[in-house]
Amino acid sequence: MHELAVTQSIIEIVNRHAVQAGASRVARIHLVIGELSSVVDDSVQFYFDYLSEGTPCAGAELVFRRVDVQLACGACGATWQPRDADWRCPACGQARAQVTEGREFYVDSIEVEET
Amino acid sequence: MSTRRVPVVERIMKANDVQAMENRSIFDANGVHVVNIMASPGAGKTSLILETVRRLGDRVRMAAIEGDLASTVDTDKVRAGGIPAVQINTGGGCHLDANQVGRALPDLPLEDLDLLFIENVGNMVCPVGFYLGEHTRVAISSIPEGDDKPHKYPKIFANVDVLVINKVDLLPYLAFDMDAFLGLVRGLNPEIEIFPVSCVTGEGFDAWTTWLHEQAKG
Repeated sequence: MHELAVTQSIIEIVNRHAVQAGASRVARIHLVIGELSSVVDDSVQFYFDYLSEGTPCAGAELVFRRVDVQLACGACGATWQPRDADWRCPACGQARAQVTEGREFYVDSIEVEET
Repeated sequence: MSTRRVPVVERIMKANDVQAMENRSIFDANGVHVVNIMASPGAGKTSLILETVRRLGDRVRMAAIEGDLASTVDTDKVRAGGIPAVQINTGGGCHLDANQVGRALPDLPLEDLDLLFIENVGNMVCPVGFYLGEHTRVAISSIPEGDDKPHKYPKIFANVDVLVINKVDLLPYLAFDMDAFLGLVRGLNPEIEIFPVSCVTGEGFDAWTTWLHEQAKG
């Protein structure tokens, strides 16, 4: 459900950058979403189609780049991708995991139509 | 038609985070320590606030912001417990955002407070993604919810400062593997403070209120 608020924010960012770039239409929006951001692509797309109507980004294609969670052990330095919620270090067994990737949540770039 | 790529690299949560930082500066200017309480419906968010008020009320000046989809049930309960409270009805929204909290602040006597609780909407997923300007993030997980909660909702356990394990008085009646649960939680969040409590028997509350009182003194 919070995809509604998130999508509003995406549209605000995209339209602002499109106007700054002197574009009247946005063809594609590249989003980077870490797995820890708990955002569902389909829900964003659903709200986007509805909320973007009548704005420069109406009809734009959403391209999601998902970033897997990457952990580093604060004790032994091992790095790994967790398969489930057990984040104890597979090398030394300690509970010292630090998230190095997977929290990303940003608009990376837009593709605007040349007029 | 040809297209041109325009770099953006702008955080989607930036608008919320900017407002959250404004909230934070208002809290700091008034010397109020703010605690954002997140949990599923029924975990004991309101009960934790009420029992904390009962125990700290003579030493610490407290208030609450109550977030719910609808009704003033929780605000009424908390006011009856003796502290000022403001209700935010999200009208279906699954979380509080920084803007809603900012709009509620003029209705609170911030200059006369030491500690402000923000009781978020009952939900283990969405509230975690929205920073409100708080100093301390608290999750509550209660025994009847089961020891597998960290498997299902790792994000909330990984992104809070404190975990309150509520309803420990029910441990004798339920199959809850505390060691397995704590192992998972500490794996997700090595720095987390953990307080097992019961709002019914009062077990564990001394440790929680002592810790909280220290934070409020800041």
